Amino acid sequence: MAQDQLFQIGKHKAPLPGGLLYAATNHVWATRADGSGTGMGPGVWRFGFTSYAIALMKDVYFLDWSYAPGIAVIHLALIGHIETSKAESDLYAPATGMLVRVNDALLEDPSAINTDGYGAGWLYEIDCPAAPNHLIDAEAYLAHLRDNWENTERILKGSINRTEDESPESMGETEA
Amino acid sequence: MSGKITVVISQAQGKHPVKRGMEESLAAALLMEPGIDLSIVPHLVDLQPGHTGRLYLEGITGDVVVLAWLFPRAAFWLLDRIGVKGVEGTSPTHPKPAEDEELTDDEKAELAERPPPIGATGAIPDRVVTCLDMRAKDKYEVFVEEVRRLGRESAARRQAKQAERAVVTAAKPPVLMELGMPTARLAEYQPEQLLEAPAMRRWYPVIDYSRCTNCLECLDFCLFGVYGADEQGRITVENQDNCKKGCPACSRVCPAQAIMFPEYKTAAIAGAPVGAISGLKIDLSKLFGGGLGGGGDAISLAAQERDRELVKDGRDAVGLAVGIPKRQTGKSAEPRDSLDDLVDALDSLDI
Repeated sequence: MAQDQLFQIGKHKAPLPGGLLYAATNHVWATRADGSGTGMGPGVWRFGFTSYAIALMKDVYFLDWSYAPGIAVIHLALIGHIETSKAESDLYAPATGMLVRVNDALLEDPSAINTDGYGAGWLYEIDCPAAPNHLIDAEAYLAHLRDNWENTERILKGSINRTEDESPESMGETEA
Repeated sequence: MSGKITVVISQAQGKHPVKRGMEESLAAALLMEPGIDLSIVPHLVDLQPGHTGRLYLEGITGDVVVLAWLFPRAAFWLLDRIGVKGVEGTSPTHPKPAEDEELTDDEKAELAERPPPIGATGAIPDRVVTCLDMRAKDKYEVFVEEVRRLGRESAARRQAKQAERAVVTAAKPPVLMELGMPTARLAEYQPEQLLEAPAMRRWYPVIDYSRCTNCLECLDFCLFGVYGADEQGRITVENQDNCKKGCPACSRVCPAQAIMFPEYKTAAIAGAPVGAISGLKIDLSKLFGGGLGGGGDAISLAAQERDRELVKDGRDAVGLAVGIPKRQTGKSAEPRDSLDDLVDALDSLDI
């Protein structure tokens, strides 16, 4: 099993468990839905936000899926929307397959994403007919975050510039 | 005659603590206010036909103030759509941008060549519907003050009308009238009946008839049968539940920017007034895997969005082959107003 990793955003620490795989472009973790680990192959995979994604978004207020279970999704297709205290975002499928389950508990109360993002805060399960080989381990995901941090900062700053300073929603603070 | 103004708070979806806090503070303050009939209903977009909250709204006859988490333009035309018609009220809380002043004479001349907007359908009752966006201010006291002011305005208008009518009908026995509407007895509902959760979250376009020129391009473009024409040939949102959740494509092809999706994340599509995209949250879609398979202008984007929904329905993608007006190919030559620019600016933002 790969080692646990830690990504530091200012003073905020985003742990990346070594026992999970990661979809880097979506900032979600993945593991076998049956609890058998991360052995690569087709089958049902469970996904959830990484602590990095949660650190950027802060408290989740509202989560909405545009698909119901039983629908096929394509890698990077739009599948939902999230609103948090700091941000909003469209959400995109991290793999191709059949959406078999969403975490219904989150639709009523999404706070588990913040309190237990690697556990009870899981998002959905996708039955992948082909092995999702694009998933990477914690070490590679950490490297991806580091490599892209500069660009991420630029995107964040660029978007702050189009909100008014007086806005309580603006991402003005630098640390949690 | 009650002589009261009706105030309706429309709740946010979900459990947004800041929004809930605003709703609760406002309700507590307005409940004690004399001259105000206060009610709370769920989110306006979600009120399906027959919902008690909607029946209640339909039954209101006099002036009404609606506080919602929506742009006022979107809320007003949503209400118009469900039969809560009236004259659009204005509020200093939401100043209208002075569009005309920014235009040159040439631009004004070009604008004059556009077909005129078709305006609201049916009889417009002589009452004022004022929509306030609770996102506009952080402090609930601002809205309480504004509701009081609107209440005074409404009372003054009512008195003026009565004085006018007294002269006209001096010879006849007085008829009980309220702002030109027959005084229907407002059905009594318990607050919890109004707040009954709607069966589902809904998604559909809302037409701003003060901009719509009835060009029917949306009718040609949408392949899911959302749009139709009424007996007078005016465009209507005929089958709103055929609409594909999350898809705002038709609003991108509308040459008059008259189609709003009140909950869409992009302010211009959600019904923002011209030149007022402030207080928005940052959009992290690009960071979460968005924008990897597309780009391009509004029309290509609309075609992609439509294709995505067609494929989801098991139909074939049509790309730009169906329902794209020729006009769009020479769109840059069309007269533009600042709302056009706003839409383009939002689409091209690199986030």
